[in-house]
Amino acid sequence: MRTQSLFDRQTTLVLSLLTAAAILVPAMNVLAPPGSALHLSDHLVPLLGKYVCFALLALSVDLIWGFCGILSLGHGAFFALGGYAMGMYLMRQIGSRGVYGDPILPDFMVFLNWKELPWFWHGFDWFPFAALMVLLVPGALALFFGWFAFRSRVTGVYFSIITQAMTFALMLAFFRNDMGLGGNNGLTDFKEILGFPVQAGSTRIVLFVLSVLALAGGYLLCRWVVGSTFGKVLVAVRDAESRTRFLGYRVEHYKLAVFTLSAMLAGVAGGLYVPQVGIINPSEFAPANSIEVVIWVAVGGRGTLAGPIVGALLVNAGKTWFTGALPEFWLFALGSLFVFVTLFMPRGILGAAGSLWERSSRRLLAGRSPEPVTHAAE
Amino acid sequence: MTAPVTPTLLYLDNVTVSFDGFRALNALSLTIDYAEMRAIIGPNGAGKTTMMDVITGKTQPNEGTALFEGAHDLTALDETAIAELGIGRKFQTPTVFEMHTVEDNLLLALKNKRGPLATLLSRRANQERERIDTLLERVRLTAQRHRRAGELSHGQKQWLEIGMLLAQEPKLLLIDEPAAGMTDQETADTADLLRDIARSKAVIVVEHDMTFVRDLGVKVTCLHEGSVLAEGSLDAVSANERVVEVYLGR
Repeated sequence: MRTQSLFDRQTTLVLSLLTAAAILVPAMNVLAPPGSALHLSDHLVPLLGKYVCFALLALSVDLIWGFCGILSLGHGAFFALGGYAMGMYLMRQIGSRGVYGDPILPDFMVFLNWKELPWFWHGFDWFPFAALMVLLVPGALALFFGWFAFRSRVTGVYFSIITQAMTFALMLAFFRNDMGLGGNNGLTDFKEILGFPVQAGSTRIVLFVLSVLALAGGYLLCRWVVGSTFGKVLVAVRDAESRTRFLGYRVEHYKLAVFTLSAMLAGVAGGLYVPQVGIINPSEFAPANSIEVVIWVAVGGRGTLAGPIVGALLVNAGKTWFTGALPEFWLFALGSLFVFVTLFMPRGILGAAGSLWERSSRRLLAGRSPEPVTHAAE
Repeated sequence: MTAPVTPTLLYLDNVTVSFDGFRALNALSLTIDYAEMRAIIGPNGAGKTTMMDVITGKTQPNEGTALFEGAHDLTALDETAIAELGIGRKFQTPTVFEMHTVEDNLLLALKNKRGPLATLLSRRANQERERIDTLLERVRLTAQRHRRAGELSHGQKQWLEIGMLLAQEPKLLLIDEPAAGMTDQETADTADLLRDIARSKAVIVVEHDMTFVRDLGVKVTCLHEGSVLAEGSLDAVSANERVVEVYLGR
C-alpha cells in the first residue's frame, strides 16, 4: 500500500524536523554568542513559540476540515477559550503583586469594585485544574454546539456560518466587563507560571519546547486517528455522507467526536500561546482570526496534517515580515495568497510538492516499468 | 393494536407521501417475502425512488404503515437504525467512497460494530480479511483490491456497491437501476449475480431495462402515479393494457 508508506515517511520527516527545532532553537539562543550569525535573539524565541501554537491550531482545523469535511470558521474561539483558561491561572499567580495589591482579586476586579472572586474563578489558582480546563472548556463548548448542529444535520456553508456567529457572539460576551474576564483589556501583566517568571528567557525556552512537543503529540494523535477505521469513516463522511448513513454509521456521532477532539487540540494551542505572548483578550475571538486559520490550512495543503503546520509557519512568518516592512499591504498579500493557492495549488504547498515528487519519480521509473500501478492480489 | 402476525419480510400498507400537494406515493401497498426477488418498473415519477426513501428512512410518509419483519415500524426509525435492522440500499448512480481503496470500501461496509469508539480501537482481524477476500471474489474485483474506488469503471463501481451491500449482510437489499450504464455483458452478469443473491436474501430491484428484468425472471410490480398499477409475471404485466398505455407503449 503506497499511501501508507508515504504517510510513514511524512511522519518521520515531521517528527525529525520538530525534534531539530526543539534542540536548535534553544541551542542557538543560549549557546551561540550574541552577534554571531547563528545567534537567535531573545525576542525570537516566544515569536517562534507563537508560530508553533498556531501550527497546532491549524492542525486541529485540518483534522475536521481535511478529513471530515467540516469547515469550522470559528476555531479561533476554542483557541481563545483555552487561552483564557490558562490566562486565569496566570492571573491568580500574580497574587498581591498587582497594582492594587489585593491578594485574591485580580486588578480589574478591584477596579470594578468587586468584593469577591466570581464562582468560575475558583480552582484556577491550582495549575492541574487550569490545565484540565484548557482541554475541557473548549471540548465542552464543541460538544454542546456540535450536538445541536450535527443532530439537526447542519452541514456545509451553513455550518461554517454558524461557527462564525458562535465566535462573534463569544467575542461580544468577552468584551463585557460583567463577564468577569477583564473586558476588552483581557487578562495580562502575568508574573509567574508554576513559580517561574513568565518573561525570563529560560521560561520562554521551556515554553517553546513544550509547544513543539504538544505539536508533535497532536500530530501523532491526528495521524493515529486518521489511520484507524474511525478515520476511514471520517473520510467516508466527507466524500459521501448519506452513503455512510445508509451503511449504518451514526454520522452525527462521528462528527461530534472529531469536532470535540479538534476543539481540545485548539484549546491546548491557546493554553500554550498565552504565557508566550503575555496577554489574552477578546480580539482573539474575532471572526477574521478563524478565517485566517483556514487560509493557513489551505496554503499548506488540506487533508495532509503536515501541510497545515507548514502553512501556519510560512504565513505567520510572512505576516511578521510584512507587518514590519509593509504593514498596509499585509491583507492584500494574504488575500492574493489565498486566491493564488485556490486557483493554482488546490492541494496546497504539500499537495503540489507531492505531485511534483510523484511526477519526477515516475519519470525515473518510466525507463524500467511502464505501469507501476497494478497490484496483483497476493 | 396488537402486533400483526405478518408472514412477510416487508409490509407496506396504504403509504402516502406528498410533497407540497404532489403525491409521490398514493396509498401504496406492497409486500415482500423472505428471500423473494421483486422487480419494480414504472415510468419516471411513478414513485419508485420515493418508495425506497420511505423503506430506508430517508423520507417520512404522511400516512400508512411500513413494517419490517412484522415488528419494526420503519416510519419511526432513521437511516442508520434501518440499516442496522438489515436493509441495505444501492443508489441509482453508483455511490462508493472514491478516495478509499476497493478493499477499504468493503471494510467499512462489513457488518461490525459501528460506534466511533469501536472503529477507533478496532484492529483488523484475519476473519475480516477472509470475508473481504470472499466478497472481492464474488464481485470480481480481486485484482482491483488496492486501487482507489474513484479509478474504477462505471460498471465496476456498480459491482463494488453491490459488494458493499453484501458486506452489510442485510436481509433485504434495495437496488436502484443496477444495469444503468452497463454493457450488455455486464448487464447479463449483474442479473446472474442478483439471482444468486436472491437465493438467501430478499431483493427489490428498480429497473427500466426490460431485457434485464426479463433476465431476472421474477415477479414484477409496475408503479404509476404513486400506487401499484399491476403485479405479476413480466408477461402478465406487459400484457396489461394500462401498463402498455402509461409505460411500455411510449
